[in-house]
Amino acid sequence: MSISITETTETGPKALAAQDMVDPRILAERRDRRLRIVLPITALVAALLLWEFLVWYNEVPHYLIPAPSLIAKTLVTDWSTLMQSAAFTVKLTLLSLALAIVGGVLLGMVFALSRPVEMSLFPFAVILQVTPVVAIAPLILIYVSNTFYALLICAWIVAFFPILSNTVIGLRSADHNLRDLFTLYQATPMQRLRYLLVPSALPYFMAALKIAGGLALIGAVVAEFVAGTAGQNTGLASRILESSFRNEIPRMFAALFLVSLLGILIFLITSWLSRAVLGHWHESEIRREH
Amino acid sequence: MTNFSRLEEAPVLIDMKDVDKQFGNGTVAVKDMSLTIRDGEFVSFLGPSGCGKSTALKMISGLLSVSRGAITVNGHMAGQSPDGNDIGFVFQEATLMPWATVFENVFLPLKLHGLTRRDARERVEEALAMVGLSNFAKSYPRELSGGMKMRVSIARAMVTKPKMLLMDEPFAALDEMTRANLNDQVLSLWERHGLTVIFVTHSVFESVYLSSRVVVMAARPGRVVHDIPQVTGYPRTSDYRLTPEYVESCRRVSAALEGTMDHVDINH
Ligand SMILES: Nc1ncnc2c1ncn2[C@@H]1O[C@H](COP(=O)(O)OP(=O)(O)O)[C@@H](O)[C@H]1O
Ligand SMILES: [Mg+2]
Repeated sequence: MSISITETTETGPKALAAQDMVDPRILAERRDRRLRIVLPITALVAALLLWEFLVWYNEVPHYLIPAPSLIAKTLVTDWSTLMQSAAFTVKLTLLSLALAIVGGVLLGMVFALSRPVEMSLFPFAVILQVTPVVAIAPLILIYVSNTFYALLICAWIVAFFPILSNTVIGLRSADHNLRDLFTLYQATPMQRLRYLLVPSALPYFMAALKIAGGLALIGAVVAEFVAGTAGQNTGLASRILESSFRNEIPRMFAALFLVSLLGILIFLITSWLSRAVLGHWHESEIRREH
Repeated sequence: MTNFSRLEEAPVLIDMKDVDKQFGNGTVAVKDMSLTIRDGEFVSFLGPSGCGKSTALKMISGLLSVSRGAITVNGHMAGQSPDGNDIGFVFQEATLMPWATVFENVFLPLKLHGLTRRDARERVEEALAMVGLSNFAKSYPRELSGGMKMRVSIARAMVTKPKMLLMDEPFAALDEMTRANLNDQVLSLWERHGLTVIFVTHSVFESVYLSSRVVVMAARPGRVVHDIPQVTGYPRTSDYRLTPEYVESCRRVSAALEGTMDHVDINH
């Protein structure tokens, strides 16, 4: 995924903008920024047109590969069911991500504060992480009678680990001289946490958030695949399965399209968030002039 | 001009008695160190790297415990000062919080002591003015040069109005001109605020230029081998670097330092 639209919102150096003559470097920068939006969109549109043309030219039947126009039409005709399913998947993803953040950060803090606790509990976290969620999902579906909660647990397991491990690393990453400084000024544990450890951990946390956002969606979709299409209130994965049983390939593509769209949105939002939080100070998000 | 007979009568501020420091891995970083520093002195710790200068400084500030002996600072055990305001510490790197503005960085010690931003504003601005950075309060550390970052670090150390300033090779990473400039700023802070300064360095020239006393240390184990008073009075300006007195002092201190190096070589 090479979408970097988010990089375009910032203005150039203010000092230069004040000059009457527009600096050629600023012009170059603006052009660069425009290209960053225009190029990917053009490429996408071109690919869709080519797809449309090839399907039409070769008369490919729509139950093999539907043309983009047919997928769009399906999106419109099936709008209400697809939206219901999308809403379900979004709810599942966001809720599991939120729980992963709360759980990961809290447990991360406990780990960072106490080595013995970390040493005792870390193996469990690793076991959860390395066991494929597809393999655990059937068990969870047996033990948890409410399907939504079962799905939630599956998605949570996937999203939880990166948050936990990065929070632990982040809280430990504070500069040792700054730690000494806080000791020298007799900072309370709370002050140390708030003013030193948390800001030091933030870049690690934001990196984890970007990963966990995508993983939560994957977890939500995979778990629903395992659960199968039971019940009314189900997500996009169920629409895909259902369409596959009924051989409704355009609908399958439409649902698939929505899943990808969700993934892209999550990526864009977490990237934007990371920039908003770290942009003014952390190397990873500072835009350098060339 | 600082009157040295007055200095000799000044009260003892830091008293190290038979101090050893052995780390958990067995390294003896400091051995049998005894040293008395009086109020208002400018003392340099000079020695090759690894001779325990940083360790000594950290023990005085209470960041490290002693393995044997005792250190009193201003009448209290090291690190047990009731308000933690006595000591300002400047590290080799500027050690600023990259996420905070220059103002926030200098405000930190006061914030940790419970002052609100409003109550602290005047003192923070005063400290920034001391190092000539009043116009950079809103900048972030990454926008500053190495020398400016170091000045922020000094402002932060000065904002609590400490009695003592401990500096651990503060200018080692800076270029010659910036360093000379900052040396003069430190001297003028010391004179104007009646500070006591311990200045760790491995530059003979820097130690002679700045201090009223050069403590030469040797490694393996880290210990004091010479204690050389610098009798030239203050204020000292860059002209001092051209005087025969200065050259003679540098020669003496160099010779003392070289003695310690030979010793190290023999031990190897
Ligand atoms: N935390 C530590 N644990 C073990 N050994 C240390 C530690 N800190 C310093 N040392 C050792 O103690 C000796 C003195 O170190 P230090 O005080 O940093 O020297 P200097 O500041 O003069 O270069 C060195 O040999 C160093 O390796
Ligand atoms: Mg050192």
